[in-house]
Amino acid sequence: MSHHSHEEIHGIGYGILVLVWLGLVVLTGVTVVASGVHVPALAVVIALLIAATKSSLVVSYFMHLKYESRIFHVILLMGIVTIAIFIGLTFFDVLFR
Amino acid sequence: MASHAIDVQNAQENYLEVKGRWSGILSWIFSTDHKRIGILYLVSIAFFFIVAATIGIFMRLEQLTMGPTLMKPEVYNRLFTLHGVIMIFLFIIPGIPAILGNFFLPIQIGAKDVAFPRLNLLSWWLFMIGATLAILTLFLPGGLPDTGWTFYAPYSIRTGSEVSLAVFAAFILGFSSILTGLNFVTTVHRMRAPGMSFFRMPLFVWALYATAWIQILATPMVGITLLLIIVERLLNIGIFDPTQGGDPILYQHLFWIYSHPAVYIMILPGFGVISEIIPTFSRRTIFGYKLIAFSSLSIAIFGSLVWAHHMFVSGQSDLANIIFSFLTFFVAIPTAIKVFNWVATLYKGSIRFEPPLLFALSSIFLFSIGGFTGLMQATLPINVHIHDTYFVVGHFHYTMFGGTIWALIAGILYWFPKITGKMYNKKWIYVAWAFMFIGFNTLYGTMLYMGWKGMPRRYYDHLPEFHTDHVIATVGSWFLYTGILILVSTLIYAVYRGTKADANPWGGTTLEWKTSSPPPLENFEKEPVVEHEPYYHEEAIR
Amino acid sequence: MKNIREIALEEHHDFVGAKMGMWLFLLTELILFTGLFILYAMYRVRHAAEFHAAATELDVVIGTINTLVLLTSSLTVAVGIEALKRRNRKLAKWMVLLTVLFALTFLVNKYFEWSAKIHHGIFPGADELLSRSQGEIIYFNLYYAMTGLHGLHVLVGMGILLWVYFLIARKPSEKVVVAPPNIEYLKGAQLIASKGEQERWVIDEIKDDVVEVEVVIKKDPKKAGVDIPNIIKLENAGLYWHLVDIIWIFLFPLFYLIT
Ligand code: HEM
Repeated sequence: MSHHSHEEIHGIGYGILVLVWLGLVVLTGVTVVASGVHVPALAVVIALLIAATKSSLVVSYFMHLKYESRIFHVILLMGIVTIAIFIGLTFFDVLFR
Repeated sequence: MASHAIDVQNAQENYLEVKGRWSGILSWIFSTDHKRIGILYLVSIAFFFIVAATIGIFMRLEQLTMGPTLMKPEVYNRLFTLHGVIMIFLFIIPGIPAILGNFFLPIQIGAKDVAFPRLNLLSWWLFMIGATLAILTLFLPGGLPDTGWTFYAPYSIRTGSEVSLAVFAAFILGFSSILTGLNFVTTVHRMRAPGMSFFRMPLFVWALYATAWIQILATPMVGITLLLIIVERLLNIGIFDPTQGGDPILYQHLFWIYSHPAVYIMILPGFGVISEIIPTFSRRTIFGYKLIAFSSLSIAIFGSLVWAHHMFVSGQSDLANIIFSFLTFFVAIPTAIKVFNWVATLYKGSIRFEPPLLFALSSIFLFSIGGFTGLMQATLPINVHIHDTYFVVGHFHYTMFGGTIWALIAGILYWFPKITGKMYNKKWIYVAWAFMFIGFNTLYGTMLYMGWKGMPRRYYDHLPEFHTDHVIATVGSWFLYTGILILVSTLIYAVYRGTKADANPWGGTTLEWKTSSPPPLENFEKEPVVEHEPYYHEEAIR
Repeated sequence: MKNIREIALEEHHDFVGAKMGMWLFLLTELILFTGLFILYAMYRVRHAAEFHAAATELDVVIGTINTLVLLTSSLTVAVGIEALKRRNRKLAKWMVLLTVLFALTFLVNKYFEWSAKIHHGIFPGADELLSRSQGEIIYFNLYYAMTGLHGLHVLVGMGILLWVYFLIARKPSEKVVVAPPNIEYLKGAQLIASKGEQERWVIDEIKDDVVEVEVVIKKDPKKAGVDIPNIIKLENAGLYWHLVDIIWIFLFPLFYLIT
């Protein structure tokens, strides 16, 4: 397996990492403030959207996914689709009982 | 894979003769050679199978007469739980992937080993630890669990039997299964020999690949569910307990989100084995290679969408009932695709009728019965009628035992000469087959019949109108058991006294037949280069 | 008797494979938590009002601080990986150590948070809790189950990071002991070291009574400090750590911010 020993040793700049971190901190602030605003129906949706944005930042930059080959994206996609199916289909029971 | 670049130029001994750092039994239980690990699994799993089958025989003896025959009702409850737990978690789920997959997946893709050999050994150790813990419950004050293998809440939270430990054992076994799956997926992606593109992989590898994905994606779900049972029992963190606002039906959801896909963990590798055997013994390439490969994937996908069909009478919503019933029928499509392709492969092939083919064809036949009874149960009104009856017990024995285990046996018979370098006595295998086939259908066919008439499952006793049926079924179980014993002894005898087998006794075309029997430590003398699709018969049909 | 010879060898690992294994493992962790998130979602739709009432009892300030702590720890471990790739072992060591400290901070915070709740009689099975509405009981049971399992992961992640810390701190030269069965192959065989172009040594002096050969792997001096095997270990530890962070990113709003 010698042929792929070295290629993947290339990195992202420290600057980008710090920027991403700043973005995460700001988003944390936003979600805390947004929870104070009273829009009951939207509150969960907004909170989850922000959480999803934050995690995609973590996944893409901190976890390096942006720079990985396609199979890693497929792996993550499999996970997300599975989770969506498990949660979604269970709702068919609980919401309509 | 050796972790350091020490290139081996000398001719290699076969993996059974290699002298390693350890000798004797230690050279097995500390070996990271995927072939030895496969055999470790074979021996341990076969042992558990015999144990659980013996328990099955005792349960059948209990039903031989009306009223208490051998045991009290509590004992019967514990026995069917133990039988179920061993058969499911210790036997059939690891089953084909851990035994045949470990042994042949790397060889079939031309690799030296799996991607993470040490992790592979760890899987076996976890498996044994889990097994030991499960058996340990026998000696603790609460005794064996009496919940059935499904551990349904809230009873599993309240019963005094040792559910916590048993469930923890199942958790560890799940971990072992996950590690195997993870190992296989990585192996398939990273270790294929030059020229071994995805569409040149044998169908057994495809099946294992699809299975491995289910192992990775579904098993953690049962892990968390079982952990919650433990937490609820030990720390009183009520999640499913109705008195604390919990909902036991959600337990069933979480449990079946794993355990239904788990039945495809059981059957897909079986299909894979059959897809290897059929082209070899009809001496022509497989019909519809891509369809079979993709049908494995689509069974894996559809199989994850249908779990709540185990819960039609649980009190879940009607909409859920309808949706899950509807989705269930779709699983039949990819399954039927496989069966039709196999039949098409046999058609006009020059068939040689050898023991592996016999067991493979029986597996297709028995699984089809299991499949059709499955479709019946997927139909809502029929399900209400036969829910929790012997019809269900018959059905799942036809699928799991008839489908998977017969395929496992077929696979073991097929690859036995490769694994051991010996050939067994075919006559005795036919005898064993006859006993097993007759016994099997007598036992489980009768179960289907009395279930249809209303005999409930998990009862230690029966009403007079079911008596004759029960006697017939019990006699069937004796035939079945005798057949299994003949089979096992024939094979054990062959290990020591069998005639020597050559590298390719069946005329197989996949890579494992291109190396010696038994294979060398690193599987091939030279790294193979693949130039053909897997079932390429040079001297094809004459 | 030992026959020691020094040979420049470079280790061959499949780094992409190792990383792939880790990603697959992360999937299983994700699904493990999904089980709990499903339960949360189902109970939440059933007891929306009670969940909101119960959530007001959690301390948003501590929750926010812990969120920031974890986010920052994710940054430090990511920087640590970058540093190691750039042969800056010193910075890498510091960053990993900082990450461990943040993990510890998180756990200490959690400890105070939990003990305050327990002090008020809000813990599973407590009479005080059981006297409340069913929705609130379930909320707190879920709270303990989910943050508890997450806390366990923080603990494990901390352990892994510490282990990698010691690996990085060690000198990067490594010894391999070649014992039977491999020793048989060394006899008269060739050892191949690939450093760009291949070099070969023929070993023919190993006598029959030699039981072990120690191979000392020296890193290419030009690449001194580039610690390839440890980079992948740190990367994998980092991946695990980021997952722990991501799960908290979801736990935080779901438990603290739904008031
Ligand atoms: C000699 C072979 C076998 C015999 C005689 C046998 C017999 C039985 C009997 C009598 C029951 C209990 C029915 C009831 O009272 O509800 C049962 C249940 C069960 N069997 Fe088998 N069986 C055999 C092989 C297998 C195999 C190979 C598997 C799976 C791979 C299996 C899986 C199960 C399961 C999951 C249950 C349900 C346990 C429960 O209700 O919790 N059995 N079997």
